[in-house]
Amino acid sequence: MTVMATELVGTKKLVVGWFSFTCCEDSTILLTELLNDHLDQWKKVVEFRYFKALKTKNEIRELDVAFIEGAISSPKQAKEVLTIRENAKYVVAVGACAVTGLPSASRNNLVDEKTNYKLYWYFSHFDYSDKVQKLSEVIKIDDQINGCPMNAEVFMSTLNRYLKEFGIVH
Amino acid sequence: MHTEDITIDNITKVEGSAGLKVSIVDGKVSDLEFIVKDYRRFYTEAVKGKPIIAVPSFLSRICGTCSVAHLFAALEAIEKSQEIKNSEQTMLLRRLAYDGLMIRDHALHLYFFVLPDVLGIDSILDIPDDPNSKGHQLLHDSFAVKKVGSELSTAIVGAIIHAPFPTVGGFLKLPDQTKFPDLVHQLEETRPKVLKLVELFGIWEETLVRNSDYLCLAGGNGYDFLAGEIVNSNGRRVPEEEFHSFLKSVVIPYSQAEGYVFSDSHEDYLVGSLARINLNRQTLNPRTQTDTAKYLAKFPSNNVFHNNLAQAVEILQCIDDAIEILQSIKVVDEKPVKKPAKAGTGVGVIEAPRGILYHLAEVNGSGMITNYDVIVPTSQNQINIENDLKKYFGENLQKDREILRLEAQKIIRAYDPCMSCATNFLTIEWNEE
Repeated sequence: MTVMATELVGTKKLVVGWFSFTCCEDSTILLTELLNDHLDQWKKVVEFRYFKALKTKNEIRELDVAFIEGAISSPKQAKEVLTIRENAKYVVAVGACAVTGLPSASRNNLVDEKTNYKLYWYFSHFDYSDKVQKLSEVIKIDDQINGCPMNAEVFMSTLNRYLKEFGIVH
Repeated sequence: MHTEDITIDNITKVEGSAGLKVSIVDGKVSDLEFIVKDYRRFYTEAVKGKPIIAVPSFLSRICGTCSVAHLFAALEAIEKSQEIKNSEQTMLLRRLAYDGLMIRDHALHLYFFVLPDVLGIDSILDIPDDPNSKGHQLLHDSFAVKKVGSELSTAIVGAIIHAPFPTVGGFLKLPDQTKFPDLVHQLEETRPKVLKLVELFGIWEETLVRNSDYLCLAGGNGYDFLAGEIVNSNGRRVPEEEFHSFLKSVVIPYSQAEGYVFSDSHEDYLVGSLARINLNRQTLNPRTQTDTAKYLAKFPSNNVFHNNLAQAVEILQCIDDAIEILQSIKVVDEKPVKKPAKAGTGVGVIEAPRGILYHLAEVNGSGMITNYDVIVPTSQNQINIENDLKKYFGENLQKDREILRLEAQKIIRAYDPCMSCATNFLTIEWNEE
């Protein structure tokens, strides 16, 4: 997708948040690669209000679309995604860990007693949940982009769809 | 008694999640915690019982940005466990793909994360659209540099992240050599942009000097990220197989990642580009040495901000190395080396973008993983980062708190830490009964 300046409807921008939870952040890396070709155009139509990988001044406020990668490993993370949900019109799960939980949820399948005894030290010192959850087990999601990392073409078409839905481009 | 805490909840423009807490009592730093916040995924436990053929691809998921580093370290560990010797072509193609990884990964860090610090702005998103501005030109250079790294990796291993072509003993699919002349042309076109980047970080005046020991691979083929022995600043050499006993892991109770010190002296050390350029700069490609001589004269350096300069020099090194290989290699059709599964142990040590990366694989006679261990660069740098920050805060507590927070983030960012990498493992040593 290339958004041409002539397609712009007005000066309003799509307010986007990009969030990462438990994962390898491969979709974030892929997004930074997509910026090579698209940043100049996106700056005209997208306001990245939360994007911790790229900026210090971030806000979770009145987001049009929140893109969330990663699985949910703790009560603290669950609370954070609830806050995002309350402040976003749409939430999109991005990449395999957000969509399916795996591979970040691999620890859910560690059943060996001796292994779990070792893991217990970490669970008792930090606020781990009993099970790692996919995003839809914690909050309602409106959309998902599969892939490990996310499928770039589906991400582009999803973003384009929201740009049209919010009346930012024709 | 007067007490105060300076905290940063979320350090930005780094890979993963980390924070900082500095406790001050009566005008002195009483405690400092660099807190890695990513939650552990315990991948080294998850691979137990899995067939070796599936493990490298799974473990590339430890990290998005240096996925290829984990893939290659896992392949080396498993190949050694099986006494598989790769062809010269396989090793050259891996080296080529690795050049692509280094170009893209270092460029991401220098342009997208650190450039705003150099320009005195918050983010590349704040760079004006004026084509005559320095920021605008550098940002557009970044697109070209990152892209040539990505295209090189993609041409050789099929993708920049979680690459599908490399496998145990070779490649599932070989690259199309007809694309190589165009890649050479693109790499040559990118050189002047990278020379500008080297100059940018060569004249950047940020300084934090502290005596550290440095550790990296040396003695491979030229400036080699994939082979060699481990050496330190004093010239001590350690074979890959003994690397683990060279180190002592340190449980850091407030951090999701463990730290490491030398097992004998219990002192901290630094891994990464600064260590490599400090100890190996004489093996850089001759073209790279010639064109960066003015700035290579700054090394060896104890200024942690020179890690950024070292990364910029390494981008040029990888461009020049890739051009030479692309112009000389003749790709012939060959299948991956295959052997019947056997019981064995293998160690793979390579230089990830952020420093020494160690994978150990123990395999049973059925070709299943029985034990796996990983040591990543950011864990090794963690104690060094804390000690640098203690020095900085100790000498600058009179400054405004916002300036201290900003400068502390610059210091942390100079290391290019990756929290995603640092939190996958089960590292506490248990006395088995």
